[in-house]
Amino acid sequence: MTVANINVSETPLVLYALRRADDALILGHRLSELCGHAPMMEEDMALSNVALDLIGQARELYTYAAKVEGKDNDEDKLAYLRDVRQYRNLLLVEQPNGDFAQTLVRQFFYSAFADLYWRAMMNSRDTTLAAIAAKSEKETAYHLRHVSEWIIRLGDGTEESHARAQAAIDHLWAFTGEMFAVDDGERALIHAGIAIDPETLRGRWMTTLSDIVSEATLVLPQSDWMQQGGRSGRHSEHLGHLLSELQSMQRTFPGQTW
Amino acid sequence: MYTQALNTAEADDRNVEDAARAAQFQARIDAEERIEPNDWMPAAYRKTLTRQISQHAHSEIVGMLPEGNWITRAPSLRRKAALLAKVQDECGHGLYLYAAAETLGTSREELVDAMLAGKAKYSSIFNYPTLTWADIGTIGWLVDGAAIMNQIPLCRCSYGPYARAMIRVCKEESFHQRQGYEIMLTLCRGSDEQKAMAQEALDRWWWPVLMMFGPPDAASQHSDVSTKWKIKRFSNDELRQKFVDATVPQAQYLGLAIPDPGMTQDADRHWRYSEIDWTEFKQVLAGNGPCNRDRIAARRKAHDDGAWVREAAAAYAAKRAHRQTAQAAE
Repeated sequence: MTVANINVSETPLVLYALRRADDALILGHRLSELCGHAPMMEEDMALSNVALDLIGQARELYTYAAKVEGKDNDEDKLAYLRDVRQYRNLLLVEQPNGDFAQTLVRQFFYSAFADLYWRAMMNSRDTTLAAIAAKSEKETAYHLRHVSEWIIRLGDGTEESHARAQAAIDHLWAFTGEMFAVDDGERALIHAGIAIDPETLRGRWMTTLSDIVSEATLVLPQSDWMQQGGRSGRHSEHLGHLLSELQSMQRTFPGQTW
Repeated sequence: MYTQALNTAEADDRNVEDAARAAQFQARIDAEERIEPNDWMPAAYRKTLTRQISQHAHSEIVGMLPEGNWITRAPSLRRKAALLAKVQDECGHGLYLYAAAETLGTSREELVDAMLAGKAKYSSIFNYPTLTWADIGTIGWLVDGAAIMNQIPLCRCSYGPYARAMIRVCKEESFHQRQGYEIMLTLCRGSDEQKAMAQEALDRWWWPVLMMFGPPDAASQHSDVSTKWKIKRFSNDELRQKFVDATVPQAQYLGLAIPDPGMTQDADRHWRYSEIDWTEFKQVLAGNGPCNRDRIAARRKAHDDGAWVREAAAAYAAKRAHRQTAQAAE
Protein backbone atom coordinates (compact mmCIF):
# COMPACT_ATOMS: atom_id res chain seq x y z
CA MET A 1 0.00 0.00 0.00
CA THR A 2 1.34 3.40 -0.97
CA VAL A 3 1.72 5.93 1.85
CA ALA A 4 -1.04 8.51 1.97
CA ASN A 5 1.21 11.47 2.64
CA ILE A 6 4.93 11.73 2.05
CA ASN A 7 7.36 12.95 4.67
CA VAL A 8 9.53 15.88 3.72
CA SER A 9 12.73 16.68 5.58
CA GLU A 10 12.25 20.40 5.76
CA THR A 11 15.79 21.69 6.07
CA PRO A 12 15.88 25.49 5.68
CA LEU A 13 16.74 25.34 1.97
CA VAL A 14 14.18 22.61 1.19
CA LEU A 15 11.53 24.55 3.04
CA TYR A 16 12.53 27.77 1.31
CA ALA A 17 12.12 26.27 -2.15
CA LEU A 18 8.95 24.46 -1.12
CA ARG A 19 7.26 27.62 0.12
CA ARG A 20 7.87 29.43 -3.18
CA ALA A 21 6.87 26.34 -5.15
CA ASP A 22 3.61 26.10 -3.21
CA ASP A 23 2.90 29.80 -3.82
CA ALA A 24 3.34 29.33 -7.54
CA LEU A 25 1.37 26.09 -7.78
CA ILE A 26 -1.59 27.22 -5.70
CA LEU A 27 -1.91 30.55 -7.49
CA GLY A 28 -1.43 28.85 -10.87
CA HIS A 29 -4.10 26.33 -9.93
CA ARG A 30 -6.52 29.06 -8.89
CA LEU A 31 -6.06 30.80 -12.25
CA SER A 32 -6.41 27.52 -14.11
CA GLU A 33 -9.86 27.10 -12.54
CA LEU A 34 -10.96 30.04 -14.68
CA CYS A 35 -9.87 28.59 -18.01
CA GLY A 36 -12.95 28.70 -20.24
CA HIS A 37 -14.88 30.94 -17.84
CA ALA A 38 -13.13 34.32 -18.04
CA PRO A 39 -15.07 37.55 -18.78
CA MET A 40 -13.58 37.70 -22.28
CA MET A 41 -11.66 35.30 -24.48
CA GLU A 42 -8.57 37.50 -24.41
CA GLU A 43 -8.47 37.08 -20.63
CA ASP A 44 -8.93 33.32 -20.95
CA MET A 45 -5.72 33.44 -22.97
CA ALA A 46 -3.90 35.82 -20.64
CA LEU A 47 -4.87 34.17 -17.35
CA SER A 48 -3.97 30.75 -18.75
CA ASN A 49 -0.59 32.17 -19.72
CA VAL A 50 0.02 33.44 -16.22
CA ALA A 51 -1.14 30.11 -14.78
CA LEU A 52 1.22 28.22 -17.09
CA ASP A 53 4.15 30.41 -16.06
CA LEU A 54 3.36 29.84 -12.39
CA ILE A 55 2.95 26.09 -12.76
CA GLY A 56 6.25 26.04 -14.64
CA GLN A 57 7.94 27.92 -11.81
CA ALA A 58 6.41 25.52 -9.28
CA ARG A 59 7.75 22.51 -11.17
CA GLU A 60 11.29 23.88 -11.18
CA LEU A 61 11.15 24.78 -7.51
CA TYR A 62 9.68 21.41 -6.47
CA THR A 63 12.28 19.58 -8.50
CA TYR A 64 14.99 21.61 -6.81
CA ALA A 65 13.48 21.06 -3.33
CA ALA A 66 13.40 17.31 -4.01
CA LYS A 67 16.99 17.36 -5.20
CA VAL A 68 18.20 19.25 -2.15
CA GLU A 69 16.25 16.93 0.10
CA GLY A 70 17.94 13.98 -1.57
CA LYS A 71 15.27 11.36 -0.85
CA ASP A 72 12.98 9.82 -3.41
CA ASN A 73 10.51 12.69 -3.58
CA ASP A 74 9.88 14.48 -6.87
CA GLU A 75 7.74 17.32 -8.19
CA ASP A 76 4.59 15.23 -8.32
CA LYS A 77 4.99 13.65 -4.91
CA LEU A 78 5.55 17.08 -3.42
CA ALA A 79 2.50 18.51 -5.15
CA TYR A 80 0.11 15.60 -4.87
CA LEU A 81 1.02 13.75 -1.69
CA ARG A 82 1.21 16.43 0.97
CA ASP A 83 -1.84 17.30 3.01
CA VAL A 84 -3.08 20.77 3.82
CA ARG A 85 -0.92 21.04 6.97
CA GLN A 86 2.18 20.27 4.92
CA TYR A 87 1.51 22.98 2.35
CA ARG A 88 3.61 26.12 2.86
CA ASN A 89 2.07 28.71 0.56
CA LEU A 90 0.94 32.23 1.43
CA LEU A 91 -2.67 32.55 2.54
CA LEU A 92 -3.08 35.17 -0.18
CA VAL A 93 -2.68 32.76 -3.09
CA GLU A 94 -5.16 30.18 -1.81
CA GLN A 95 -8.00 32.72 -1.56
CA PRO A 96 -10.81 31.86 -3.98
CA ASN A 97 -11.10 33.58 -7.34
CA GLY A 98 -14.22 35.43 -6.22
CA ASP A 99 -15.27 37.96 -8.84
CA PHE A 100 -12.82 39.14 -11.49
CA ALA A 101 -11.76 42.04 -9.25
CA GLN A 102 -10.69 39.63 -6.48
CA THR A 103 -8.82 37.45 -8.95
CA LEU A 104 -6.96 40.49 -10.24
CA VAL A 105 -6.24 42.16 -6.92
CA ARG A 106 -4.87 38.89 -5.55
CA GLN A 107 -2.64 38.67 -8.61
CA PHE A 108 -1.67 42.32 -8.32
CA PHE A 109 -0.55 42.07 -4.69
CA TYR A 110 1.39 38.90 -5.44
CA SER A 111 2.95 39.94 -8.76
CA ALA A 112 4.01 43.34 -7.43
CA PHE A 113 5.98 41.45 -4.78
CA ALA A 114 7.16 38.55 -6.95
CA ASP A 115 8.49 40.89 -9.62
CA LEU A 116 10.84 42.56 -7.11
CA TYR A 117 11.55 39.28 -5.36
CA TRP A 118 12.69 37.35 -8.41
CA ARG A 119 14.74 40.26 -9.67
CA ALA A 120 16.57 40.37 -6.36
CA MET A 121 16.94 36.59 -6.26
CA MET A 122 18.87 36.66 -9.53
CA ASN A 123 21.84 37.54 -7.30
CA SER A 124 21.37 34.53 -5.03
CA ARG A 125 24.54 32.58 -4.28
CA ASP A 126 22.53 29.47 -4.97
CA THR A 127 22.99 29.07 -8.72
CA THR A 128 19.81 27.03 -9.22
CA LEU A 129 17.65 29.56 -7.42
CA ALA A 130 19.38 32.35 -9.34
CA ALA A 131 18.60 30.60 -12.62
CA ILE A 132 14.96 30.01 -11.66
CA ALA A 133 14.80 33.68 -10.65
CA ALA A 134 16.14 34.86 -14.01
CA LYS A 135 13.40 33.03 -15.86
CA SER A 136 10.66 33.86 -13.36
CA GLU A 137 11.52 37.54 -13.30
CA LYS A 138 10.85 37.92 -17.03
CA GLU A 139 7.49 36.18 -16.65
CA THR A 140 6.51 38.06 -13.54
CA ALA A 141 7.32 41.47 -15.03
CA TYR A 142 4.74 40.73 -17.71
CA HIS A 143 2.17 39.48 -15.17
CA LEU A 144 2.56 42.68 -13.19
CA ARG A 145 2.17 44.88 -16.25
CA HIS A 146 -0.92 43.02 -17.40
CA VAL A 147 -2.62 43.00 -14.03
CA SER A 148 -1.71 46.64 -13.27
CA GLU A 149 -3.44 47.75 -16.45
CA TRP A 150 -6.53 45.89 -15.31
CA ILE A 151 -6.48 47.41 -11.82
CA ILE A 152 -6.46 50.85 -13.44
CA ARG A 153 -9.27 49.89 -15.83
CA LEU A 154 -11.45 48.53 -13.08
CA GLY A 155 -10.73 51.32 -10.61
CA ASP A 156 -11.24 54.08 -13.16
CA GLY A 157 -13.92 52.25 -15.17
CA THR A 158 -17.52 52.26 -13.98
CA GLU A 159 -18.98 52.85 -10.55
CA GLU A 160 -19.57 49.13 -10.19
CA SER A 161 -16.08 48.09 -11.21
CA HIS A 162 -14.60 50.72 -8.91
CA ALA A 163 -16.63 49.43 -5.96
CA ARG A 164 -15.72 45.81 -6.71
CA ALA A 165 -12.02 46.62 -7.04
CA GLN A 166 -12.03 48.58 -3.80
CA ALA A 167 -13.86 45.77 -1.99
CA ALA A 168 -11.29 43.27 -3.26
CA ILE A 169 -8.40 45.44 -2.07
CA ASP A 170 -10.01 45.84 1.35
CA HIS A 171 -10.69 42.11 1.59
CA LEU A 172 -7.27 40.85 0.49
CA TRP A 173 -5.07 43.46 2.13
CA ALA A 174 -4.72 41.47 5.37
CA PHE A 175 -3.05 38.64 3.45
CA THR A 176 -0.16 40.74 2.17
CA GLY A 177 1.91 40.95 5.37
CA GLU A 178 2.91 37.32 5.16
CA MET A 179 5.00 37.99 2.06
CA PHE A 180 7.48 39.91 4.23
CA ALA A 181 7.67 37.46 7.14
CA VAL A 182 10.98 35.69 7.77
CA ASP A 183 11.65 32.85 10.24
CA ASP A 184 14.98 31.76 11.74
CA GLY A 185 15.73 29.25 9.00
CA GLU A 186 15.21 31.86 6.32
CA ARG A 187 17.22 34.39 8.31
CA ALA A 188 20.20 32.02 8.10
CA LEU A 189 19.73 31.66 4.32
CA ILE A 190 19.62 35.44 4.01
CA HIS A 191 22.92 35.73 5.91
CA ALA A 192 24.43 33.12 3.63
CA GLY A 193 23.40 35.13 0.54
CA ILE A 194 21.12 32.35 -0.67
CA ALA A 195 17.86 34.12 0.08
CA ILE A 196 17.08 37.83 0.05
CA ASP A 197 15.50 39.78 2.87
CA PRO A 198 11.95 40.58 1.75
CA GLU A 199 11.93 43.58 4.07
CA THR A 200 14.31 45.29 1.62
CA LEU A 201 11.55 45.07 -1.01
CA ARG A 202 8.78 46.56 1.08
CA GLY A 203 9.39 50.19 0.13
CA ARG A 204 9.41 49.56 -3.60
CA TRP A 205 6.44 47.20 -3.29
CA MET A 206 4.46 49.95 -1.57
CA THR A 207 5.48 52.44 -4.25
CA THR A 208 4.26 50.13 -7.03
CA LEU A 209 1.00 49.58 -5.22
CA SER A 210 0.45 53.25 -4.40
CA ASP A 211 1.21 54.39 -7.95
CA ILE A 212 -1.18 51.95 -9.59
CA VAL A 213 -3.89 52.19 -6.96
CA SER A 214 -3.93 55.98 -7.06
CA GLU A 215 -4.00 56.02 -10.88
CA ALA A 216 -6.95 53.67 -10.53
CA THR A 217 -8.60 56.21 -8.17
CA LEU A 218 -8.65 53.52 -5.48
CA VAL A 219 -7.17 53.59 -1.98
CA LEU A 220 -5.07 51.20 0.07
CA PRO A 221 -6.44 50.31 3.51
CA GLN A 222 -4.90 51.90 6.59
CA SER A 223 -5.23 48.73 8.64
CA ASP A 224 -1.97 47.02 9.49
CA TRP A 225 -3.52 43.87 10.97
CA MET A 226 -2.14 40.99 8.94
CA GLN A 227 -3.12 37.31 8.81
CA GLN A 228 -0.30 34.79 9.16
CA GLY A 229 0.02 31.04 9.10
CA GLY A 230 0.38 29.76 5.55
CA ARG A 231 4.16 29.42 5.76
CA SER A 232 3.81 26.98 8.67
CA GLY A 233 0.79 25.10 7.34
CA ARG A 234 -2.00 26.92 9.18
CA HIS A 235 -4.22 27.70 6.24
CA SER A 236 -7.66 29.07 5.52
CA GLU A 237 -10.47 26.57 4.99
CA HIS A 238 -10.18 27.13 1.25
CA LEU A 239 -6.94 25.24 0.71
CA GLY A 240 -8.27 21.84 1.75
CA HIS A 241 -10.94 21.98 -0.94
CA LEU A 242 -8.44 23.09 -3.54
CA LEU A 243 -6.14 20.20 -2.65
CA SER A 244 -8.93 17.63 -2.64
CA GLU A 245 -9.53 18.53 -6.27
CA LEU A 246 -5.89 18.95 -7.26
CA GLN A 247 -4.90 15.64 -5.70
CA SER A 248 -7.99 13.58 -6.47
CA MET A 249 -6.40 11.34 -9.11
CA GLN A 250 -3.29 10.59 -7.09
CA ARG A 251 -5.41 9.89 -4.01
CA THR A 252 -7.90 7.68 -5.87
CA PHE A 253 -5.31 5.71 -7.85
CA PRO A 254 -2.21 5.72 -5.66
CA GLY A 255 1.20 4.93 -7.05
CA GLN A 256 0.36 4.90 -10.76
CA THR A 257 2.10 6.57 -13.67
CA TRP A 258 0.08 8.98 -15.78
CA MET B 1 -11.15 22.35 -32.51
CA TYR B 2 -13.66 21.33 -35.04
CA THR B 3 -16.28 22.41 -37.50
CA GLN B 4 -19.34 20.28 -37.90
CA ALA B 5 -19.75 19.11 -41.45
CA LEU B 6 -22.00 21.67 -43.03
CA ASN B 7 -25.18 20.45 -44.58
CA THR B 8 -27.59 23.24 -44.00
CA ALA B 9 -26.80 25.83 -46.66
CA GLU B 10 -29.24 28.70 -46.90
CA ALA B 11 -31.44 29.17 -49.93
CA ASP B 12 -29.31 30.12 -52.87
CA ASP B 13 -29.80 33.85 -53.42
CA ARG B 14 -27.31 34.28 -56.21
CA ASN B 15 -30.15 35.07 -58.55
CA VAL B 16 -30.07 38.63 -57.24
CA GLU B 17 -26.38 38.96 -58.03
CA ASP B 18 -24.85 40.14 -61.17
CA ALA B 19 -24.60 37.03 -63.33
CA ALA B 20 -21.44 38.15 -65.04
CA ARG B 21 -19.66 38.76 -61.76
CA ALA B 22 -20.86 35.44 -60.45
CA ALA B 23 -19.40 33.70 -63.47
CA GLN B 24 -16.14 35.55 -63.04
CA PHE B 25 -16.12 34.60 -59.36
CA GLN B 26 -16.64 30.93 -60.18
CA ALA B 27 -13.86 31.09 -62.75
CA ARG B 28 -11.50 32.35 -60.07
CA ILE B 29 -12.53 29.52 -57.76
CA ASP B 30 -12.07 26.98 -60.55
CA ALA B 31 -8.59 28.38 -61.19
CA GLU B 32 -7.81 27.74 -57.48
CA GLU B 33 -7.45 31.45 -56.77
CA ARG B 34 -8.01 32.61 -53.21
CA ILE B 35 -10.96 34.88 -52.51
CA GLU B 36 -9.99 37.74 -50.20
CA PRO B 37 -12.22 39.91 -47.95
CA ASN B 38 -12.42 42.88 -50.31
CA ASP B 39 -13.16 40.80 -53.38
CA TRP B 40 -16.65 40.59 -54.76
CA MET B 41 -18.41 37.40 -53.70
CA PRO B 42 -21.94 36.05 -53.99
CA ALA B 43 -24.07 36.78 -50.93
CA ALA B 44 -24.66 33.08 -50.40
CA TYR B 45 -20.93 32.39 -50.40
CA ARG B 46 -20.48 35.05 -47.74
CA LYS B 47 -23.36 33.67 -45.71
CA THR B 48 -22.22 30.07 -45.98
CA LEU B 49 -18.70 30.92 -44.91
CA THR B 50 -19.78 33.20 -42.10
CA ARG B 51 -21.89 30.38 -40.75
CA GLN B 52 -19.23 27.71 -41.19
CA ILE B 53 -16.34 29.76 -39.76
CA SER B 54 -18.38 31.01 -36.83
CA GLN B 55 -19.64 27.49 -36.07
CA HIS B 56 -16.06 26.42 -36.11
CA ALA B 57 -15.11 29.27 -33.75
CA HIS B 58 -18.00 28.42 -31.38
CA SER B 59 -16.83 24.80 -31.37
CA GLU B 60 -13.37 25.87 -30.28
CA ILE B 61 -14.75 27.97 -27.44
CA VAL B 62 -17.38 25.48 -26.25
CA GLY B 63 -14.78 22.76 -26.73
CA MET B 64 -12.73 24.35 -23.95
CA LEU B 65 -15.34 23.20 -21.43
CA PRO B 66 -15.18 19.39 -21.56
CA GLU B 67 -11.39 19.40 -21.43
CA GLY B 68 -11.25 22.32 -19.02
CA ASN B 69 -13.24 20.05 -16.72
CA TRP B 70 -9.99 18.15 -16.04
CA ILE B 71 -7.40 20.92 -15.74
CA THR B 72 -7.81 21.15 -11.98
CA ARG B 73 -7.65 17.36 -11.60
CA ALA B 74 -4.88 16.44 -14.05
CA PRO B 75 -2.89 13.61 -12.47
CA SER B 76 0.61 15.13 -12.72
CA LEU B 77 2.06 18.62 -13.03
CA ARG B 78 3.31 17.85 -16.52
CA ARG B 79 -0.17 16.74 -17.61
CA LYS B 80 -1.72 19.74 -15.92
CA ALA B 81 0.51 22.19 -17.79
CA ALA B 82 0.03 20.38 -21.10
CA LEU B 83 -3.75 20.29 -20.75
CA LEU B 84 -3.96 23.93 -19.75
CA ALA B 85 -1.78 24.88 -22.71
CA LYS B 86 -3.96 22.78 -24.98
CA VAL B 87 -7.22 24.33 -23.84
CA GLN B 88 -5.60 27.73 -24.18
CA ASP B 89 -4.72 26.82 -27.78
CA GLU B 90 -8.40 26.08 -28.43
CA CYS B 91 -9.26 29.55 -27.18
CA GLY B 92 -6.63 30.98 -29.51
CA HIS B 93 -8.18 29.06 -32.40
CA GLY B 94 -11.56 30.49 -31.47
CA LEU B 95 -10.24 34.04 -31.48
CA TYR B 96 -8.41 33.47 -34.73
CA LEU B 97 -11.53 32.07 -36.38
CA TYR B 98 -13.81 34.83 -35.11
CA ALA B 99 -11.34 37.26 -36.66
CA ALA B 100 -11.55 35.35 -39.95
CA ALA B 101 -15.35 35.40 -39.77
CA GLU B 102 -15.32 39.14 -39.07
CA THR B 103 -13.57 39.74 -42.40
CA LEU B 104 -16.89 38.71 -43.96
CA GLY B 105 -18.67 41.58 -42.25
CA THR B 106 -20.29 40.21 -39.08
CA SER B 107 -18.87 41.23 -35.70
CA ARG B 108 -17.64 38.76 -33.11
CA GLU B 109 -20.23 40.10 -30.65
CA GLU B 110 -23.08 39.29 -33.02
CA LEU B 111 -21.69 35.84 -33.71
CA VAL B 112 -21.18 35.07 -30.02
CA ASP B 113 -24.63 36.38 -29.14
CA ALA B 114 -26.16 34.01 -31.69
CA MET B 115 -24.32 31.12 -30.04
CA LEU B 116 -25.39 32.14 -26.54
CA ALA B 117 -28.97 32.50 -27.73
CA GLY B 118 -28.84 28.93 -29.01
CA LYS B 119 -29.29 30.10 -32.60
CA ALA B 120 -25.85 29.04 -33.85
CA LYS B 121 -24.50 25.53 -33.83
CA TYR B 122 -21.22 24.13 -32.57
CA SER B 123 -19.82 20.66 -32.96
CA SER B 124 -22.09 18.01 -31.46
CA ILE B 125 -19.13 16.19 -29.89
CA PHE B 126 -18.79 18.75 -27.12
CA ASN B 127 -22.18 17.84 -25.77
CA TYR B 128 -20.73 14.66 -24.31
CA PRO B 129 -19.27 14.62 -20.79
CA THR B 130 -15.66 13.98 -19.77
CA LEU B 131 -15.99 11.47 -16.96
CA THR B 132 -12.46 10.16 -16.44
CA TRP B 133 -8.89 11.17 -17.16
CA ALA B 134 -8.91 8.74 -20.09
CA ASP B 135 -11.48 10.99 -21.76
CA ILE B 136 -8.78 13.63 -22.05
CA GLY B 137 -6.55 11.17 -23.88
CA THR B 138 -9.43 10.01 -26.06
CA ILE B 139 -10.48 13.53 -27.01
CA GLY B 140 -6.93 14.39 -28.06
CA TRP B 141 -6.50 11.18 -29.99
CA LEU B 142 -9.91 10.87 -31.65
CA VAL B 143 -11.70 14.22 -31.52
CA ASP B 144 -8.63 16.17 -32.54
CA GLY B 145 -7.77 13.37 -34.95
CA ALA B 146 -11.17 13.72 -36.61
CA ALA B 147 -10.82 17.50 -36.60
CA ILE B 148 -7.51 17.23 -38.44
CA MET B 149 -9.08 14.99 -41.11
CA ASN B 150 -11.66 17.69 -41.66
CA GLN B 151 -9.38 20.65 -41.45
CA ILE B 152 -6.44 19.62 -43.59
CA PRO B 153 -8.57 20.05 -46.74
CA LEU B 154 -9.78 23.39 -45.36
CA CYS B 155 -6.21 24.67 -45.60
CA ARG B 156 -6.98 24.81 -49.35
CA CYS B 157 -10.40 26.39 -48.88
CA SER B 158 -11.17 29.07 -51.47
CA TYR B 159 -11.58 31.79 -48.84
CA GLY B 160 -8.10 33.12 -48.02
CA PRO B 161 -8.49 34.13 -44.35
CA TYR B 162 -10.12 30.80 -43.45
CA ALA B 163 -7.53 28.75 -45.34
CA ARG B 164 -4.66 30.59 -43.68
CA ALA B 165 -6.22 30.24 -40.23
CA MET B 166 -6.54 26.52 -40.84
CA ILE B 167 -2.86 26.11 -41.62
CA ARG B 168 -1.92 27.35 -38.19
CA VAL B 169 -4.77 25.58 -36.43
CA CYS B 170 -3.87 22.25 -38.05
CA LYS B 171 -0.28 22.46 -36.84
CA GLU B 172 -1.46 22.84 -33.26
CA GLU B 173 -4.16 20.21 -33.60
CA SER B 174 -1.68 17.65 -34.78
CA PHE B 175 0.38 18.34 -31.68
CA HIS B 176 -2.75 17.90 -29.54
CA GLN B 177 -3.55 14.66 -31.28
CA ARG B 178 -0.12 13.22 -30.51
CA GLN B 179 -0.42 14.41 -26.94
CA GLY B 180 -3.78 12.64 -26.58
CA TYR B 181 -2.40 9.47 -28.09
CA GLU B 182 0.52 9.60 -25.68
CA ILE B 183 -1.90 9.81 -22.73
CA MET B 184 -3.66 6.72 -24.10
CA LEU B 185 -0.36 4.92 -24.57
CA THR B 186 0.62 5.65 -20.97
CA LEU B 187 -2.72 4.33 -19.73
CA CYS B 188 -2.52 1.23 -21.89
CA ARG B 189 0.97 0.45 -20.62
CA GLY B 190 -0.15 1.06 -17.04
CA SER B 191 -2.19 -0.94 -14.55
CA ASP B 192 -5.25 -3.05 -15.41
CA GLU B 193 -7.33 -0.29 -13.89
CA GLN B 194 -5.79 2.29 -16.22
CA LYS B 195 -6.21 0.10 -19.26
CA ALA B 196 -9.85 -0.48 -18.39
CA MET B 197 -10.26 3.29 -18.04
CA ALA B 198 -8.82 3.76 -21.55
CA GLN B 199 -11.10 1.10 -23.06
CA GLU B 200 -14.16 2.47 -21.33
CA ALA B 201 -13.44 5.96 -22.67
CA LEU B 202 -12.98 4.63 -26.21
CA ASP B 203 -16.29 2.76 -25.89
CA ARG B 204 -18.11 5.96 -25.05
CA TRP B 205 -16.41 8.28 -27.58
CA TRP B 206 -16.10 6.10 -30.68
CA TRP B 207 -19.56 6.52 -32.16
CA PRO B 208 -19.98 10.23 -31.31
CA VAL B 209 -16.60 10.83 -32.97
CA LEU B 210 -17.73 9.10 -36.17
CA MET B 211 -20.79 11.37 -36.13
CA MET B 212 -18.50 14.42 -36.15
CA PHE B 213 -18.13 14.03 -39.91
CA GLY B 214 -21.81 14.79 -40.37
CA PRO B 215 -24.67 12.87 -42.00
CA PRO B 216 -23.98 10.19 -44.59
CA ASP B 217 -23.54 11.43 -48.16
CA ALA B 218 -26.81 9.87 -49.23
CA ALA B 219 -28.68 12.08 -46.75
CA SER B 220 -26.57 15.14 -47.32
CA GLN B 221 -28.27 17.45 -49.80
CA HIS B 222 -26.38 20.69 -49.52
CA SER B 223 -22.75 19.78 -49.95
CA ASP B 224 -22.88 20.45 -53.69
CA VAL B 225 -22.61 24.22 -53.42
CA SER B 226 -19.82 24.06 -50.86
CA THR B 227 -17.97 21.66 -53.12
CA LYS B 228 -18.47 23.88 -56.14
CA TRP B 229 -17.11 26.84 -54.17
CA LYS B 230 -14.19 24.73 -52.98
CA ILE B 231 -15.04 25.24 -49.36
CA LYS B 232 -15.55 21.51 -49.04
CA ARG B 233 -13.26 19.16 -50.93
CA PHE B 234 -14.21 15.73 -49.64
CA SER B 235 -17.58 14.27 -48.76
CA ASN B 236 -18.56 13.40 -45.18
CA ASP B 237 -18.30 9.68 -45.85
CA GLU B 238 -14.93 9.99 -47.59
CA LEU B 239 -13.47 11.81 -44.60
CA ARG B 240 -15.10 9.40 -42.14
CA GLN B 241 -13.61 6.43 -43.98
CA LYS B 242 -10.19 8.04 -44.04
CA PHE B 243 -10.41 8.60 -40.31
CA VAL B 244 -11.50 5.04 -39.55
CA ASP B 245 -8.74 3.60 -41.72
CA ALA B 246 -6.15 5.72 -39.91
CA THR B 247 -7.52 5.03 -36.45
CA VAL B 248 -8.01 1.25 -36.41
CA PRO B 249 -4.27 0.45 -36.51
CA GLN B 250 -3.68 3.04 -33.79
CA ALA B 251 -6.23 1.32 -31.55
CA GLN B 252 -4.64 -2.04 -32.34
CA TYR B 253 -1.24 -0.70 -31.32
CA LEU B 254 -2.75 0.45 -28.01
CA GLY B 255 -4.32 -2.97 -27.53
CA LEU B 256 -7.79 -1.42 -27.37
CA ALA B 257 -10.90 -2.81 -29.04
CA ILE B 258 -13.00 -0.56 -31.29
CA PRO B 259 -16.54 -0.96 -29.91
CA ASP B 260 -17.86 -2.24 -33.24
CA PRO B 261 -17.83 -6.04 -33.32
CA GLY B 262 -19.19 -6.02 -36.87
CA MET B 263 -16.20 -4.11 -38.25
CA THR B 264 -14.37 -5.87 -41.08
CA GLN B 265 -11.50 -5.06 -43.39
CA ASP B 266 -12.22 -5.15 -47.11
CA ALA B 267 -9.93 -6.57 -49.76
CA ASP B 268 -9.11 -2.94 -50.62
CA ARG B 269 -7.88 -2.60 -46.99
CA HIS B 270 -10.63 -0.18 -45.93
CA TRP B 271 -12.20 -0.86 -42.55
CA ARG B 272 -15.98 -1.13 -42.90
CA TYR B 273 -17.82 0.07 -39.82
CA SER B 274 -21.35 -0.77 -38.80
CA GLU B 275 -24.39 1.44 -39.20
CA ILE B 276 -24.17 4.70 -37.21
CA ASP B 277 -27.11 5.55 -34.96
CA TRP B 278 -28.18 8.78 -36.61
CA THR B 279 -31.09 9.14 -34.23
CA GLU B 280 -28.62 9.91 -31.47
CA PHE B 281 -26.86 12.45 -33.70
CA LYS B 282 -30.14 14.20 -34.46
CA GLN B 283 -31.07 14.25 -30.79
CA VAL B 284 -27.77 15.85 -29.83
CA LEU B 285 -28.07 18.44 -32.61
CA ALA B 286 -31.61 19.16 -31.43
CA GLY B 287 -30.23 20.09 -28.02
CA ASN B 288 -30.87 16.81 -26.25
CA GLY B 289 -27.32 15.56 -25.79
CA PRO B 290 -26.07 14.84 -22.28
CA CYS B 291 -24.39 18.25 -21.88
CA ASN B 292 -26.03 20.69 -24.34
CA ARG B 293 -27.70 22.68 -21.60
CA ASP B 294 -24.65 22.66 -19.33
CA ARG B 295 -22.36 23.88 -22.08
CA ILE B 296 -24.54 26.81 -23.08
CA ALA B 297 -25.24 27.62 -19.44
CA ALA B 298 -21.50 27.74 -18.70
CA ARG B 299 -20.82 30.04 -21.66
CA ARG B 300 -23.74 32.29 -20.71
CA LYS B 301 -22.58 32.45 -17.10
CA ALA B 302 -19.06 33.48 -18.15
CA HIS B 303 -20.57 36.07 -20.48
CA ASP B 304 -23.05 37.45 -17.92
CA ASP B 305 -20.60 37.43 -15.00
CA GLY B 306 -18.09 39.23 -17.19
CA ALA B 307 -20.48 41.95 -18.37
CA TRP B 308 -19.39 44.46 -15.70
CA VAL B 309 -15.74 43.81 -16.57
CA ARG B 310 -16.27 44.48 -20.26
CA GLU B 311 -18.31 47.57 -19.42
CA ALA B 312 -15.50 48.81 -17.16
CA ALA B 313 -12.90 48.28 -19.88
CA ALA B 314 -15.07 50.16 -22.39
CA ALA B 315 -15.77 52.98 -19.94
CA TYR B 316 -12.09 53.35 -19.12
CA ALA B 317 -11.11 53.35 -22.81
CA ALA B 318 -13.68 56.06 -23.47
CA LYS B 319 -12.45 58.18 -20.54
CA ARG B 320 -8.88 57.84 -21.71
CA ALA B 321 -9.72 58.79 -25.27
CA HIS B 322 -11.66 61.79 -23.95
CA ARG B 323 -8.68 62.88 -21.79
CA GLN B 324 -6.30 62.54 -24.70
CA THR B 325 -8.55 64.63 -26.92
CA ALA B 326 -8.85 67.25 -24.20
CA GLN B 327 -5.08 67.28 -23.76
CA ALA B 328 -4.49 67.64 -27.49
CA ALA B 329 -6.90 70.59 -27.59
CA GLU B 330 -4.97 72.46 -24.89
